[in-house]
Amino acid sequence: MSKLEVTPGMFSQVELKPSLKSTITMAISGLVVLFAFGIFGKAGDIAFVWSDKRESIQLPHWVVNSMLFCTVVGVILLLLAAVAFVFTRMNKKTPIWLVIIFGLLAIMALLGWLATGAPQGVQMVFILSNTLVLAIPLILGGMAGIMSERVGVVNIAIEGQLLTGAFVSSVVGTMTHNLYLGMITAMIASALLSMVLASLAIKYLVDQIIIGVLLNVLVIGITNFLHSAWLNNDSSHLNFPGTFDRIAIPFISDIPVIGQVLFNNRITVYLMFLIVPALWYVLFKTKLGLRARAVGEHPLAADTVGINVGKTRFWWVTLGGMVAGLGGAALTIGNVGSFGREMSGGQGFIALAVVILGRWQPVYVTLSALLFGFTIVLRVWANQVSPGVPFDIITMVPYLVTLVAVAGFAGKVRAPAASGQPYIKG
Amino acid sequence: MSKKKETVVVAETKAQSVLHEIMSGDPVRIALSILLGFIIGAIFMVVFNDQVVRAWSNFGSDPGLAFSSIWWTIQDGYGALFTGSIFDTNAGNFLDGLRPLTETLRFAAPLIMAGLGVALTFRVGLFNIGATGQIMMGLAGATFVSTRLHMPMVIHMIVAVLAAIAFAAVWGIIVGILKSRTGAHEVIVTIMLNYVATALFTFFLRQPGLLLESNGGGTPKSDHPDGTAMLGSLLGPNYNLHFGLILAVIAVVFYWWLMEKSTFGFRFRLVGHNASAAKAAGIKVENTFVWALALSAAFAGLAAANQGLSIDGGLTTSIEAGIGFDAITVALLGGSRAGGVVMAGLLFGAFKAGSASMQVAGVSPEVLGVVKALIVLFIAAPPIIRALYRLPKPTPKLLEPAKPVVKASK
Repeated sequence: MSKLEVTPGMFSQVELKPSLKSTITMAISGLVVLFAFGIFGKAGDIAFVWSDKRESIQLPHWVVNSMLFCTVVGVILLLLAAVAFVFTRMNKKTPIWLVIIFGLLAIMALLGWLATGAPQGVQMVFILSNTLVLAIPLILGGMAGIMSERVGVVNIAIEGQLLTGAFVSSVVGTMTHNLYLGMITAMIASALLSMVLASLAIKYLVDQIIIGVLLNVLVIGITNFLHSAWLNNDSSHLNFPGTFDRIAIPFISDIPVIGQVLFNNRITVYLMFLIVPALWYVLFKTKLGLRARAVGEHPLAADTVGINVGKTRFWWVTLGGMVAGLGGAALTIGNVGSFGREMSGGQGFIALAVVILGRWQPVYVTLSALLFGFTIVLRVWANQVSPGVPFDIITMVPYLVTLVAVAGFAGKVRAPAASGQPYIKG
Repeated sequence: MSKKKETVVVAETKAQSVLHEIMSGDPVRIALSILLGFIIGAIFMVVFNDQVVRAWSNFGSDPGLAFSSIWWTIQDGYGALFTGSIFDTNAGNFLDGLRPLTETLRFAAPLIMAGLGVALTFRVGLFNIGATGQIMMGLAGATFVSTRLHMPMVIHMIVAVLAAIAFAAVWGIIVGILKSRTGAHEVIVTIMLNYVATALFTFFLRQPGLLLESNGGGTPKSDHPDGTAMLGSLLGPNYNLHFGLILAVIAVVFYWWLMEKSTFGFRFRLVGHNASAAKAAGIKVENTFVWALALSAAFAGLAAANQGLSIDGGLTTSIEAGIGFDAITVALLGGSRAGGVVMAGLLFGAFKAGSASMQVAGVSPEVLGVVKALIVLFIAAPPIIRALYRLPKPTPKLLEPAKPVVKASK
């Protein structure tokens, strides 16, 4: 009898065969930085501005020569690519810290190159904190995507869930003058929408993608109507909630850069800090998560060992809707301060992409969402510091990266096996 | 069995299949879905209407007004929809009264064309939601030809339409190749390509060498298309209806022939019905996907031509007007059949045409977005409508008995 080894992640984590493709991608990016930004880059200085004016501890600006800086970073990037190559040759996965360091350095070089000679310099706190805030709806939408796809239900309705959350939190928050109540009702409303999706998909076996698309159309229709026929008549009493106050966590919020970016935020951001690791833990370290993944990978086997497939799917999708509702609340009372027509603007669809790019794993999905958040900031910021850069092209980058990932060029991407398939108990 | 009885049965099934063709599915259910959509829309209109709310808050003093206000709101709203999209009862003469109908046709044409594209992929078992991106690329092609190239009448228009088709088709082929070669799911690929195409079209519109208007500034906007490239007016200067309607009619006939009559369409349907059986029968499923997505995008390209070559003004990305997304609902509502898509396109076209007069009547036309979504939701999710109306579950249709191959006896 052969011994069956059960390893963590064996049921649904992506089994990565080390491939040279990611190493080659790294090497090419390193060469671009070295030559395009460094050796043949822009003459002039870059000022890295580390501190906001409000901060108690002020770090000095760091002024370096642009070509020198990008050349040095380019060389380091190529060295990192070489290390990654060694790992691949030894048939080991490239460690995630190496990829993160690589990404951060490459981003620094890009930012520096863009801001060469610009008087305001590279405002690190501004860029990073906006990246985080703009990524919150994507991250939470992505978590909702993970929670439903891991149990085998494709959730195209994230867009509608975000929009529901944004609308309800704004209206309830304004009417009750209690933003927390607005946030909680937003989560409940979104969860109810998810229940419609879940019951139609699971009990009535309506095509999951069709029902998801139609729920989006329905929510867009209803919120557009209510916005024009109801909210606009008296927006100060209906659609003017304001935002949560920022909560600075004592002591650690004084750490330069990191403190300002991470620990001086609104409650929506802190909740995300809790939800992502919690979801990771539940999915991969608990019995509950193992059952959920079993349902998503092989519902028949799960059913055979006594797991109620329909019920598991229903509750995971519903809870996912709650998380997406929080993401919607983050759009209004966590950032903008009022509801705008179709304000989710396709972020629910980007969340779908983020789920795939992050390979259905909470931490990777969060990193992917941050990449998208960063490009949104970059588009605005690059236009200020270095006009003439074709920012339409920058806009495309994350979508192209996702396409490349889906097409399997950047390592193998595998969805939960039963994702999108109804389970009919036979 | 007598021969006479057999003929009757055949006639019956034929009549049924015609209905199928028109509405695809149970007509009673479809009628009830549309009715329910309008009823819920009416509730939305009434509940969020100032006058109704005021009348009901004075219910004690004038209960009659409270009830009549409900009636008047609904009549105003849907009445304006009717006069804005079908027949204007206030017009001087009959022909002027029909002007709203021509507007409905004008709005329906691109919806029908793009809807046919999405419908085609549904029939092949693909969920293509990339019409938005394909229309954007089609617009890029059409705008380049119509503003940068100069040709004689008619030829210019034909070249511009072909350019729209070709550009869109390329965008569809990319999806097809990614789908068939790498197994990437078409839903995610098309969503991504929609964003890429929108950004790309905006980028083109910013480049002075490509599409940016002469003397253009920072806003991404093209020149006016050449008069020679414009889709000509059909009914003279008093009506906005243009040659795009003819394109739509051609598209519908071609779609019907392609899907119902041609071998190509048979292959498409077979793959959509059961891809592995089709594979076993020797059909190259992967190639079929590529062809289907290319053809589907070509229909979206026609919609792009309709949009890009019908307005005498500089184009921006807003000319797409949500048609790519509406096309999905049109295809779903139309059951992916030629006749159904025409009906669905006309309904949604009427909604677009009637919006303006609803606005004038003081009823938010956004309510039509709710009605539209509900109708399609009810039709695509039969359990809802059955539960609401307590309709009996359909008895599973028996498979048609295989017709014995009768060989001429010697």
